Amino acid sequence: MEASTKTPDSSVTDPVFEVRNLNVRFDMDRGESRVIRDVNMDIEREEILGIVGESGSGKSMFASALLDAVVEPGVVTGEITYYPTPDEPVDLFDLSEEELRNLRWEEIAMVFQGAMSSWNPTMKIGKHFEETLAAHDRDIEAGMETTRQVLQDVYLEPDRVLSAYPHELSGGMKQRALIALAMVFEPNVLVMDEPTAALDLLMQRSILTLLEEIQEKYEITMVFITHDLPLVADLADRLSVMYGFQFIEVAPTDGILEGAAHPYTRSLLNATPNLGASVEDMKSIPGETPDPVDIPDGCAYHPRCPLGDDHCEVEDPPFHDAGEDHRVTCFYWDEAEEAVPFTLHNQGDTE
Amino acid sequence: MSGQEPVVELEDIEVHFEASGGSLISPFSEPDIIKAVDGVSLEIPPNQVIALVGESGCGKTTLGKTAIGVQRPTGGSVKYRGQDVWEAKDGQGDVDIPFDEIRQSLQIIHQDPGSSLNPRKRVMDTLEAPLKQKPGSESTEVRQARILEMLEDLGMTPAFDYADRYPHQLSGGEKQRVALARALLMDPDLILADEAVSALDVSLRIEMMDLLLDKLAEFDTSFLSISHDLSNARYLAEKADGVIGVMYLGELVEIGPVEQIIENPRHPYTQALRWATPDLSRDSENDLPLRAMDIPDPKNPPSGCRLHTRCPHAREICREESPHLFDVDGSNDHQSACFRTLDDHEYWQSRPLEGTREGSNDGEQPTTF
Repeated sequence: MEASTKTPDSSVTDPVFEVRNLNVRFDMDRGESRVIRDVNMDIEREEILGIVGESGSGKSMFASALLDAVVEPGVVTGEITYYPTPDEPVDLFDLSEEELRNLRWEEIAMVFQGAMSSWNPTMKIGKHFEETLAAHDRDIEAGMETTRQVLQDVYLEPDRVLSAYPHELSGGMKQRALIALAMVFEPNVLVMDEPTAALDLLMQRSILTLLEEIQEKYEITMVFITHDLPLVADLADRLSVMYGFQFIEVAPTDGILEGAAHPYTRSLLNATPNLGASVEDMKSIPGETPDPVDIPDGCAYHPRCPLGDDHCEVEDPPFHDAGEDHRVTCFYWDEAEEAVPFTLHNQGDTE
Repeated sequence: MSGQEPVVELEDIEVHFEASGGSLISPFSEPDIIKAVDGVSLEIPPNQVIALVGESGCGKTTLGKTAIGVQRPTGGSVKYRGQDVWEAKDGQGDVDIPFDEIRQSLQIIHQDPGSSLNPRKRVMDTLEAPLKQKPGSESTEVRQARILEMLEDLGMTPAFDYADRYPHQLSGGEKQRVALARALLMDPDLILADEAVSALDVSLRIEMMDLLLDKLAEFDTSFLSISHDLSNARYLAEKADGVIGVMYLGELVEIGPVEQIIENPRHPYTQALRWATPDLSRDSENDLPLRAMDIPDPKNPPSGCRLHTRCPHAREICREESPHLFDVDGSNDHQSACFRTLDDHEYWQSRPLEGTREGSNDGEQPTTF
């Protein structure tokens, strides 16, 4: 019997987050909807973790759980431990409302999907920063100094942006200003859910570059959640892939790109239009993503999987060791390469 | 680009809008003019796939709508099989092809099929309505049989079941198929699709694009695809042996066969788009190959070449003169609106602008404004 484990992250030595047996449930008319299922995950201090999943995979719900921000009537069970320093564990679900409010933004900041519209249209950008500082009882003058600094970090001109109304800025500028607003307390962790989704390609790539610079400068942990695997592959140290409201594969980014071990991850790579692959090799994944009210027994992917068999129909595979720091929830991970061919075509840069 | 008579021919198209807003502050000032499309010519031959790529505000959607006769240009001409579309609409001159026939031949699939389908109408009613408008109507039985056959053809089986559904009972991919069915039932010569697959989940995009390409070939239909995503544009165009056109601030800056645009982009803006498109190789340069991250205000576009404020190669001439499309390597299949396309252009004697690679302030951080 080969090594298998419930926790995918033996590679993590200094976790900033430890997630154990996390479940999120919603009661629906149709039945119980399980939108996070028995999730275990460690997030390493100062890493950039990319979480990849299609819509309805559970990725946004996982982000909400990291801030204990799952909306009513969602029921969250399990444990999330946050480590501001290695020997100071904080039980996230054990905090008072007040403690939680202080933790969010100041220590764990978040940039949500479509958040560009979260600017108040009648209020100048500068006022948003001032109100945020005031709400957290910070010295406005000192805080505005930091503000100017973080605005420059996102390639915005502080004078012009602070005195502008939201509608006077482009989408890319509003989104960058929002990242600056998330950074204003110099948090330990920045969680981002599709932070570039509504933006053009050039702006997306530019934002990735500046996020990398911010990570290095402030030495923070970043969690970047997206449906777009090629996009986050450029940024992330590690990738974790979600399917059916669980993590199914976790590995260093190169490990995923060069040797994805889950049939779903391999098919997702083949399904993603990208310039590095030949058009003949790209294929969609037949079938549908699971319904959270009616998740298939056993491995949630088995109805779509070319390797699925009787075993997969009854037993949900635990994490298997598929290489260095590489964990995958598939009984037949060592056959995936043959069953779902995927080759990375490295090609040179333009110029 | 081919010898056949184009289905649609756009000549020197201008679409200028008066910008709204701002007038409260100074009600007597001249309104701002947005040049959404400014001097674009494009021929769409039969059975051709053309993928237009560009960022929001570059004018690609406006140009697309102009090509199918739903947006009247403020300058230039749109011809369908030689007939001027707006002369047909206005009844000017000898109209060989009536406007209604032109509109039926030029169809559109919307970006968000969910919102373009009437939520209170069943699929069958949605698909029947435009067919009833057609002159020489078929009988109801023939019409409905044709619709069911089309749905089945697009993988929506059992077709009678789907025909009976309302839009909210369809998945995103199924709504997109209904939109495609509606377009194909008109037996069009050209279909315009604005971000046809970007709303779909990643794992479904290839399937949808393949279905589209199959049907285009089957129905002998040309295709104008509009997208901000170079990967999707490349997939569609490469599979159909088509063309990619790149737009920036209302102008077509480069056009050519797919492999040329992807492997040998000549315009600095295309090169930047290519840079920005993830290719899973992880070895790409990190630095933006432009001098500024943000697009200038389209109400007040830069003089000369519109990219000169961001272009790493800009010289003085780029600020003064606007380059037209030049043939790349002597072939009019591939054209680029950059002086650097020509080896003997006076650009090469012009002085580099400050802040550019060749200019005095090299090594500077990219400026933001």
